[in-house]
Amino acid sequence: MSLGNFDSLRYFLPELTITATILLLVMVHVAGKNRRSPAAALLSLVGTGTAIFFALLTPAGGGMGLFEGMVVLDGFAAFFKVLTALATAIVIFMSIDCVELSDKTQAEYYVFLLCVLLGMFLLSSATDIVMVYLALELVSIPSYLLAGYLKGKVSSTEASMKYVVYGATASGVMIYGFSLLYGMTGSTQISAIGNALTMGTLPLPAMLAAVMVTVGFGYKIAAVPFHMWSPDVYEGAPTPVTAFLSVGPKAAGFAVLVRFFYTVFASPDATGGMWKLTSSVDWTFLFAVLSAVTMTVGNLVAIKQRNVKRLLAYSSIAHAGYMLMGFVLLSAAGLKAILFYLVVYLFMNLGAFYVVVLVANGSRDEDISHFSGLGTRAPLAAVSLAIFLFALTGIPPFSGFIGKVYLFAEVIHREVYWLVLVAGINSVISLYYYARILKVMFLEDPVHTGELSVAFVPRVMLTILVVPTLLLGVYWEPVIRIAESSVRILIH
Amino acid sequence: MDFISNHILTLMTFLPLAGAAVILLMPRGRDESVKRIAAVASFLPVPLAVQLWFTYDRTVAGVNVASQFQFVEHYSWIPSINVEYFLGADGISMPMIILTAIISFLAVIGSWNIEKQIKGYMALLLLLETGMMGVFCALDFFLFYVFWEVMLLPMYFLIGIWGGPRREYAAIKFFLYTLLGSILMLIVMLALYFNTVNPETGGHTFNMLHYMQQSTHNGWLQGFDIRVLLFLGLFIGFAIKVPLFPFHTWLPDAHVEAPTAISVILAGILLKMGTYGLMRISFPMFPDVTKWFVIPMAVLGAINIVYGALCAMAQSDLKKLVAYSSVSHMGFCLLGMAALTPAGMVGAAFQMFSHGMITSMLFFLVGVVYDRAHHRDIDGFGGLGAVVPVYTFFITVAFFASLGLPGFSGFIAEAMVFIGSFGVFRTIVIIAASGIIIVAAFHLWALQRVFLGPLNPKYAQLEEINPREIFCLSPLALMTLILGVYPMPVLNLMSSSLNHLVDVVKMVV
Repeated sequence: MSLGNFDSLRYFLPELTITATILLLVMVHVAGKNRRSPAAALLSLVGTGTAIFFALLTPAGGGMGLFEGMVVLDGFAAFFKVLTALATAIVIFMSIDCVELSDKTQAEYYVFLLCVLLGMFLLSSATDIVMVYLALELVSIPSYLLAGYLKGKVSSTEASMKYVVYGATASGVMIYGFSLLYGMTGSTQISAIGNALTMGTLPLPAMLAAVMVTVGFGYKIAAVPFHMWSPDVYEGAPTPVTAFLSVGPKAAGFAVLVRFFYTVFASPDATGGMWKLTSSVDWTFLFAVLSAVTMTVGNLVAIKQRNVKRLLAYSSIAHAGYMLMGFVLLSAAGLKAILFYLVVYLFMNLGAFYVVVLVANGSRDEDISHFSGLGTRAPLAAVSLAIFLFALTGIPPFSGFIGKVYLFAEVIHREVYWLVLVAGINSVISLYYYARILKVMFLEDPVHTGELSVAFVPRVMLTILVVPTLLLGVYWEPVIRIAESSVRILIH
Repeated sequence: MDFISNHILTLMTFLPLAGAAVILLMPRGRDESVKRIAAVASFLPVPLAVQLWFTYDRTVAGVNVASQFQFVEHYSWIPSINVEYFLGADGISMPMIILTAIISFLAVIGSWNIEKQIKGYMALLLLLETGMMGVFCALDFFLFYVFWEVMLLPMYFLIGIWGGPRREYAAIKFFLYTLLGSILMLIVMLALYFNTVNPETGGHTFNMLHYMQQSTHNGWLQGFDIRVLLFLGLFIGFAIKVPLFPFHTWLPDAHVEAPTAISVILAGILLKMGTYGLMRISFPMFPDVTKWFVIPMAVLGAINIVYGALCAMAQSDLKKLVAYSSVSHMGFCLLGMAALTPAGMVGAAFQMFSHGMITSMLFFLVGVVYDRAHHRDIDGFGGLGAVVPVYTFFITVAFFASLGLPGFSGFIAEAMVFIGSFGVFRTIVIIAASGIIIVAAFHLWALQRVFLGPLNPKYAQLEEINPREIFCLSPLALMTLILGVYPMPVLNLMSSSLNHLVDVVKMVV
C-alpha cells in the first residue's frame, strides 16, 4: 500500500524538520553579518536532534509507501536515518572544534551538511529508481561543496574537483543502468522491477544493468575499484568533512545498496531469513570479489601512509570491504551484521577523526610526526585514539571486535571460507598500520613537547564516543536486537 | 563469606582490574600509593588461591564433565547468540590459576624500582593479570577468546614503553604474531559454533564442554579432513604462544626487550597458555585428530628441546640464554602431551607449573644483575661468586633447578615426561634426551663464566641482592625445592583430571 502525497506528509516529519532547519539556516546566513555565528551550529544541532526524535517514532511493522511509492517508511530506513543523523550531529561538534574550519565557517556550511543529511534520509528510504537517483545527487552535490570548503587550500580545491568528476561519471553510468532496467521492465518502482525480472528476462541486459548500478553505489561506499576519488578527497577536505564522508554517505550507500539489490535482483526465500537470486544474474560472487579486493587494497595501501588522515581514509575503504562481506551472503544475519558494524564503525571512526582534528588544530597538518608523544602531551586524546584504533583493528574488549565477529560468523555459517581467511589476514595487516600510530603516540620519545590542551567540549565529545566503543564490546545485546528487527522488515 | 566462596574465580579475575581502575583515578605524582595499591590488588588473589587449594576436591576429574567442575559460575551474557559468562576450575586449570596468582603478585613487587610512568605501568600489569586469570578460568569459548586477546594490549605497551633499546620492534612483532594466531582461533571458534548444538536447548553454543561431546558435532564437523584443518588452525594459534619451532622467533626479541617483571610473566605464565589451550581445547574437542597428530607433535617437541638448547648455548646475552632455555623446556610439555599416557600428560602439566616458577626466578635474577651492571653479556663478568655470594647462591639454585638436577621440581617433570613417552615413540625420545646434556652444558658453562674464575675488577664493588629481591625469589626457590622432593601436592591436584583427559583422547576410535 502506498499513500498519496498529502497523506504522506505526516509520516515525513524527520525530512520536513531537516528541510525547515535548512531554510532557517539560509535566513540566518543572509541576516547574520557575523562570520562565526554559533547560532547556525546550534540551530543545526537542534534540527538534527529533532529529526532523530521523529525518526525514532517511526511506527513498527510493515513498510508503508509514501508519495505514491517514491519512498518507504520502515524500520530499515529509520535505522539509517538515526545513524546518519547521529553522525551529522557528531560532525557538527567536530566542526565547531576544528580550527581550520571555524575561522571560515558560515551558516552555509551547515546548510550543505544538512542537505547531505536530507539526501541520506531519502537514499535510505527510496523505493523508486528516480528517487534513488535524486537522493544520490542530493548527497553528492553538497558533498562536493563541502570537500572544497577551504577555498584557499589547493588540496581542498583539488579534492572537490576530483570528487565532481568521479561523481558525475559514476552517477552517469548508474543512471544508464537504471534506464536499462526501465526499458526491460517498464517500471521505475524497484519492487515492480524485481517482480518483472523474476518472470525471466534476458540475462545480458540484466547483468549489464547490475554492473552499472554497482558503479554508482560502489562509488558512494568507496569500494575498490570505485574508490580512486576517496584518498585525495579525504586528504584534501577539511577533517570534519572527511569524517562525515567516511561514515554518513557510506552508511546511506549501504542502505540503498542493500535495499536495491535485495529487491531487484533477489527475492525472499520461502524458508525465512534468506534471499534467493532472481534471474540468472549472480551478483553475489562479483561482490564477494569486490569485498576481498576492497579490504586488501585499503589495508595494503594504508601501510605506507604518513598522513594520518589519508591513512584513515584507506582504512575506511578497508572497512567498507569488511561490511561488503555481509552483503553477499543473501541472509538476514549478514545484513544484521552490516547494520551492527555500521553502528560500531560510526563511533570508532568518528572518534579517531575527532582526535585527528584536535591534534591538527595545533599543528595545521596531519602528518604522523605530530602525534609523537601524545601519550604524555594529551593523555585523554591519546588513550581515546588508542581505544578507537584497537576497536578498528577488531581486538576485544572493544566494539569493533564484536562487529567483526558477527560478520565473520555469518561468512563462516554460509561456508565462504576463502573470504573469511582473506578478512582474517587483513585484520592482522591492519594492526600493523594502526599500531604505527600507537607507537608514535606512546612508544617513541616525543619530537614535539609541550602539553596539547584539549578544551572541555572535545573532552566531553571524546568521552561520549569512547563509552559506546567500550560498552558495545562488553554488552551489545540491545543494539543487535535493533539491527535484527530493522532487517526483518526487508524480508516481507 | 558466602559471596566470596560463590564468586571466588570472578573475584580472582577482576580484583586486579578493579585495582587498575583505582590506580587510573589517582592524581598524578602519588607513585608510592600507586605501587601499594597495585601490590594489594595483585596480592588479594593469593589468599583466594590458598582457599581454592584447600577446598578443591581432588577426586573428581572435570575436563569434559560439566558436573565435575568446581567453583562454577554460570550466567547468561548475550542470550541472542548464547554467549555465557561461564567460569570453573578443574585439575588442568587449578595449578595454572595458583601459579598466575603467585607470579603476578611477585611481578608487581619485582617492579618496585620502575620509575617511568609508574601509574600506567601498574594499571597495565593488573589488566594483564585479569586477562591471564580469565583465560585459565573461562569455560565459554567466547569468554576465553576475549580474555586471550585482552592480554595482548597491556603486553604490547609494557614491552613497547618500558622495554629495552629495540622495544618497538619486539612489541609489534609479538603483537602481530599472536594476533595472527588469534584470528585463526577466532575462525575455528566460529566454525565450531555453527556446527555444534547445545544438547539441552538445540541452539548453537559457545560452551566448551558441549564442544567436547562428540555427539554435539554435526555439519562439516563430521568430516575428518575439515576437523584436521580446524585442529591445525587451533594448533598454530597455540603453537605461536608456546612457542613451538618454527613460530618461536618472536620470543627471544620479546623476552630480551621486555622489562624484568614482564619477562617473568611472559615466560612464567603466558607461554603456558599455549600448552594449556592444547589440553583444555584441542585435545578434548578433537581427540581423533589429536591421535592422528601425535607424531608431528612429538617431533616438534623434540625439535624444541634440542634446538632451543643449542640456541641457548650460542647466546652471549644472559637474558637471551634464559629465553631460549624456555623454548627448550616448553618442548618437554609438548613431548609429554603427545605421548597420551598418564605419566606423560601429568609430567607435561607439572613441567608447566615447575617451569613457571624456575624461569620466573631466572628472569628475576637476570634483572637483578642487569639493574646493577647495566649489561647482560655473559663474558663481560667473571668471578662474581666472591663479590655477591647471596646472589650467587640464588642463581645457582635456579640454574640447577633449570638444568633438571634431581631434588628440584624440574627433574621430576622431565623424568615423568620421558617415562611417559619413552614407550610410545622411542627414537624421538632418545633424540630429545640428548637435549638434556646440552641444557646442562649451557647452564654450567654460563655459571662458570659469570661467577667463577678470576674476578673482573670492574665489578668488585657490585651491590649485593637486596631484601625486596630476595622476597621475590625465596618463595619460588622454596617451592621448587619442596616440589622437587615431594611433588605430590601438585600432582594430586591434577592427576585425576589428566588421567581422564588421556582416557577421553584414547577412547576415541
